[in-house]
Amino acid sequence: MILNTDNTAYEQSLSVEQVADLISERSIGFVRYARENRFPLGVSEGLDCLRVMEIVGVTNKPQLKLALKGLMCSSAEQWERFDRLFDLYWVHNSSSGNSRVSTGGTGSRDKNSTPADSGSGGSSTNPQFDVPDPSDVQSADNAMASLSQQGASATETLAQTHFNQLNHAAELREMEELAKNLARKIRRKLLRRLKTASKGRRIDMRRTMRASLQHGGEPVSLSYRKRRVQIPKLVLMLDVSRSMSVYSYLFLRFARGILDVFQDADAYAFHTRLQHIGEALREKRRVDLIEKMEIISRGWGGGTRIDSSLTEFNRRYARSVLDRRTVFVVVSDGYDTGEPDALVRELTKIKRQVKRIVWVNPLLGQPYYSPSTKCMQAVLPLIDVFAPGHNLASLAALEKPLATL
Amino acid sequence: MQEMLQTLAEKTRSSGYIAEQSLLMNLWLMSELGRPLLLEGDAGVGKTQLGKTMADVLGRPLIRLQCYEGLDVNTAVYEWNYQRQLLAIRRQEVTGADAPLTDETLFSETYMLQRPLMQAITSDDPVVLIIDEIDRADEEFEAYLMEVLSEYQISVPELGTLKARSIPAVILTSNGTREISDALRRRCLYHYIDYPNFDKELDIVKMRMPDISPRLASQIVTFVQKLRQEDLRKIPGIAETLDWTASLLKLDLQSLGDSPDVIFDTLGCLLKTREDREAIEQVTVQKLVSRAV
Repeated sequence: MILNTDNTAYEQSLSVEQVADLISERSIGFVRYARENRFPLGVSEGLDCLRVMEIVGVTNKPQLKLALKGLMCSSAEQWERFDRLFDLYWVHNSSSGNSRVSTGGTGSRDKNSTPADSGSGGSSTNPQFDVPDPSDVQSADNAMASLSQQGASATETLAQTHFNQLNHAAELREMEELAKNLARKIRRKLLRRLKTASKGRRIDMRRTMRASLQHGGEPVSLSYRKRRVQIPKLVLMLDVSRSMSVYSYLFLRFARGILDVFQDADAYAFHTRLQHIGEALREKRRVDLIEKMEIISRGWGGGTRIDSSLTEFNRRYARSVLDRRTVFVVVSDGYDTGEPDALVRELTKIKRQVKRIVWVNPLLGQPYYSPSTKCMQAVLPLIDVFAPGHNLASLAALEKPLATL
Repeated sequence: MQEMLQTLAEKTRSSGYIAEQSLLMNLWLMSELGRPLLLEGDAGVGKTQLGKTMADVLGRPLIRLQCYEGLDVNTAVYEWNYQRQLLAIRRQEVTGADAPLTDETLFSETYMLQRPLMQAITSDDPVVLIIDEIDRADEEFEAYLMEVLSEYQISVPELGTLKARSIPAVILTSNGTREISDALRRRCLYHYIDYPNFDKELDIVKMRMPDISPRLASQIVTFVQKLRQEDLRKIPGIAETLDWTASLLKLDLQSLGDSPDVIFDTLGCLLKTREDREAIEQVTVQKLVSRAV
């Protein structure tokens, strides 16, 4: 009877045990549903969720939503999509009386106009993070898809770029390994340097003895060795426009290698607009990576708007991403259709917040190339290191500008 | 539960903090489940203030650990008081006391400098521990913190493992300068604090500045709310709104419409970078004022 309000299927009276079973089944189902929607819940979190559901009671929906929100979410992105997830499970899906969530994977964006869309009470203010209908489990992918589908411009090619290609080309895979090794090598060198320099805030005996002279040989004031070397934070901006298509896959692999070994590195891709790809590139399983990147890379290979991409970066990400130990790396050939003024303005803003700007231009490795485009000319004074990146050797030469502060 | 939330709401309010329902729920869960609370949000939305409020509400002492790059165990947990140890040895040599100085004596709690984490754990009465800007600390420290927060114990090689005498209420804050590890996130309750909406901000201003006229308060809040929508590098937080309100009160302003010059001159309370000051021109200010009045 308690469930009468939302469970019309159970009209016949149930015994107390049956109701209790139903409630616990449904509660466990919600934890599972959240996990399927990429909420990172371990065993102890799951148990705590059940405990909370027991204390608060499943009939008290508003309170339950608040209580579970803090417990189940662990990032701003999840915070935004939790309300819809909750409503979909507890409010709209409840009439089925079935705790299992259908996991059919065919849900496409077009089918998303479920009644839930209008019924979620305006909780999803940001369309980028909306939760897909419950038949679609790959919510993160869909969020990515919606990212790549908004704001299409005339110069974009609609054809889907084949990310799969990489899988078959043994050569490219080899390149990937090499790129990863390179990133690892940089990291190892850094850590070693860090170790010798830090000797863990130990007492510097020589200096301590020297200082003790003024106290008649008593080591009253101690000298320490402090650490000096810091690991830079790499922020990569990859140009994935058509003119860069020969190189962009390789640089994506390089970026993956970098992200793999540098925990706080981040990566963005841009053509006519900006996309955050750091999270997708970090995906551990190859299948997940390819799946995510396939969705993200729809629409890649069009024109280039570096300036508007950087404007977008400055507005949305710069504040939380850039700091004084950031090395900002732009990988682009500098063929831009935008005005150089805007580009200079945005890059100046970035330069003020970071340690160094490195511009990697693959064309620089060609014998007859000189950076003569309007846009390249305009930004040259702002760049600290202008480097070629056409083969692996030139990437290896990047070690110094990338890895030292 | 309902009553507890109610009293919690009243208590936080009376100690000068306005918390929405979801935050109150999280605070209640903190004590119920014994998990730390991770607060995220832009600078100036009142993350650290919440820690102080919690200490106030629970009537417990507040211990604060400010994280920074290079923060290590010596500054966060404990350090041996070398000077004191050396002096003790020297005294022993000079006076030639009978009892020899053993390692156990030298490495006892007398010669230990307790840093915030150790203090929080060894305190006899539970405390509120606020770990500020955890995203600024290094990965190694985060991993160490993870261990402390899940087991509530600290191992000191010379002394053995020190178990917590009381479980502290832990609040972690983050600005998102660096991604925090998933393990730590999973361990914590999560709350995202956004910039307050009009009603909440008005509430805060009125509570903190009881003398203000309702008309001026609502004008100020409208102005700040509109200002946040401009393209700024550093968006003003609640602290900035309160600063600005205080300075306008000092200048005896009755209404924002009275003197546009004063508003333009006092904008330094809200805009803290040169670019932002330059981006907001007289005309923009007048436009914002006309919408606020």
